[in-house]
Amino acid sequence: MSPSHQSGSGKGPATPTRPPGEHDVKGHAFHDEESDPSPAPAAPARRITWRKLVVLPAVLTVILVITYVWITNIHLDSIAENSLSGGNVQLRWWQHVRLTAISTFWVLIIAIPLGIALTRRRLRKAAPAFTALANIGQATPAIGLLALLVIWLGIGPRTAIIGIVIYAVLPVLSNTVAGLRAIEPNMIEAARGMGMSGRGVLLKVELPLAVPLILAGVRTALVLNVGTATLATFGGGGGLGDLITSGIQTQRMPVLIIGSVLTVVLALLVDWLASLAELALTPRGLEER
Amino acid sequence: MPETETEAVTAEGTGAATSGATIELENLTKRYPGNPNPAVENVSMEIKAGETVIFVGPSGCGKSTTLKMINRLIEPTSGRIRIGDEDVTDIDPVKLRRKIGYAIQSSGLFPHMTVADNIALVPKMVGWSKSRVKDRVEEMLDLVGLDPREFHGRYPRQLSGGQQQRVGVARALAADPPVLLMDEPFGAVDPITRDHLQDELIRLQHELHKTIVFVTHDFDEAIKLGDRIAVLRERSHIAQFDTPEAILTNPTDDFVSGFVGAGAALKRLNLTRVRDVGIADFPTVTVEDPLQTIFNKLRNGPHNELLMLDRQNRPYKWLRRGDLMRARGSLARAGQLVHDTVTRDATLHDALEAVLTDSGGRVAVTGRRGEFIGVVDMKTLMDNVQELLEADRLTAMEHQHELEEQRVHQTEQELEGGGGGV
Ligand SMILES: Nc1ncnc2c1ncn2[C@@H]1O[C@H](COP(=O)(O)OP(=O)(O)OP(=O)(O)O)[C@@H](O)[C@H]1O
Ligand SMILES: [Mg+2]
Repeated sequence: MSPSHQSGSGKGPATPTRPPGEHDVKGHAFHDEESDPSPAPAAPARRITWRKLVVLPAVLTVILVITYVWITNIHLDSIAENSLSGGNVQLRWWQHVRLTAISTFWVLIIAIPLGIALTRRRLRKAAPAFTALANIGQATPAIGLLALLVIWLGIGPRTAIIGIVIYAVLPVLSNTVAGLRAIEPNMIEAARGMGMSGRGVLLKVELPLAVPLILAGVRTALVLNVGTATLATFGGGGGLGDLITSGIQTQRMPVLIIGSVLTVVLALLVDWLASLAELALTPRGLEER
Repeated sequence: MPETETEAVTAEGTGAATSGATIELENLTKRYPGNPNPAVENVSMEIKAGETVIFVGPSGCGKSTTLKMINRLIEPTSGRIRIGDEDVTDIDPVKLRRKIGYAIQSSGLFPHMTVADNIALVPKMVGWSKSRVKDRVEEMLDLVGLDPREFHGRYPRQLSGGQQQRVGVARALAADPPVLLMDEPFGAVDPITRDHLQDELIRLQHELHKTIVFVTHDFDEAIKLGDRIAVLRERSHIAQFDTPEAILTNPTDDFVSGFVGAGAALKRLNLTRVRDVGIADFPTVTVEDPLQTIFNKLRNGPHNELLMLDRQNRPYKWLRRGDLMRARGSLARAGQLVHDTVTRDATLHDALEAVLTDSGGRVAVTGRRGEFIGVVDMKTLMDNVQELLEADRLTAMEHQHELEEQRVHQTEQELEGGGGGV
């Protein structure tokens, strides 16, 4: 590789016949492991394989088709008919999606900045208190939490969303804190040592390095939110939970099954989308080979 | 002495590169909260422009703390720091650090950025144009002996430890800072790679003339790299701050000699180059000479041996008197292949090593392109080493003498001063 080695300390460019990559160390040919160009990283490995793209949506489609065929072929009485027609299913589905999206948005807005703040030097001591608080949020049974909120804030989608958010802050918060804490101190020292400002260190080094863990937390929160959003119905928030509860109350199996199947499908779909986002957003250099 | 040479070379040589700046530490002290004893106490030191100064000392003696106070990664509790002619103790540390290269153990490369992005960081921060940054990245990779085309787009995890360390040095030097701080940069690589990296650093410094402060606890590394070595004891107290030669031959106290370790005379061999000792002539023939000439030379020469050179004048075979007979006149089979040579820049240590392992007790010295220059043998080496050590002893004695005189002088003055006061 290098013309440099020869001008080194002068241990003899000795036998100029040495093949490149071999050095003369004290008279012995030394194969320099370093200069041996390891095969250049071939074409950057495709991160999102077609399998990942296709398999899960295909499975979900099959499930949906089967459910659809089944539901159109059985006899529905008027009560069940009522629950499932007139665009009610679509309405609940989109309500559910909105609940999940909005609550996840607020979780991110709250948990990530809080996690960052709690790892700054000034607030580091406050971290345990906040984590404990978030723990309480998650440890409380979601339904009890929702009931309390309804008593406090009245019924409506807003209440439901607040409940879902409180429930899902913990995984994102703790993962953000853990991700930022796991960074080797010598990375930060190198960054500061080369003249990055505090903001620069955070944006260019800390956050990119913490991205994998933060995203894992977000993924957990998303799936969690799809689940807790089924409880929104008790707070008057609508969503697929409406189908499930009315199915139970009226003892109409088909309604219950449609509600549950759609919830499961949505959860899997969201998890799949989140996994794609994880792959796309993780910095290249951090991937495992 | 080194600075004058420094400037001359810079002016004609690399030209564009910024050469070193002086560093002055004045009564630097660092107290960590909760510890009554300072980690660094009252350190004062002057480092010349373009000089490589090594901090050595036992673990925990405050080397890193002292080093990091220079770029204020650690804020001194008291004392001043001057770089060039500027007092930097109170300036914005972020700005300060952009003008000081910083390389640490296990490279500190950012794993989520490519090699090129890592190197480009500081130039970008100080506002270089895109094209200039791009050129600079290539130049730096070249400088540390990595092929830009190959390594440019790689991620740090795709490099060996030694390569990462090279990139670390390239990154530290990218914005052309006058000062380079290195904290055990080669501490985590294997001995052979470390040897190469040290050689590279010497070569770099030869071209760039930065002011380098380098922390290590390997005394041999200190000898190899340092223009001057500061041997530090606990709390960064300076036990001795002098050239490697002076420390080897005249350690001020038991602490320093303990650190120098055994074999100071042998280590001394690392400080002298083959070019400084007598390189002797030796009868040679070339592979193209007719057999008869070779016979005659062997018979009439002063030694009972000849060195055969190849077409490029490089040492090829040692030929003794009996060799041709035994090989029945076939040159191809006769003699012993030359398996080791040294350059004029090799240390006496390397030369001695070569001589000791050679059955003939001598080694061929070659020039830049491997061409034969002469021969160094055991006797030359022995004589030179004797002379060196003798000279060192004399210098040391003179030095001691001077010190004593100074002390006597000082005491006298103090006595006089005291007498006058009363
Ligand atoms: N952040 C800190 N807080 C408190 N004490 C510290 C801190 N950093 C270092 N020290 C103490 O200061 C002293 C000097 O540490 P320093 O890191 O400078 O040593 P060193 O000479 O670089 O050692 P080594 O060769 O092991 O790297 C040590 O006793 C260490 O315990
Ligand atoms: Mg240290």
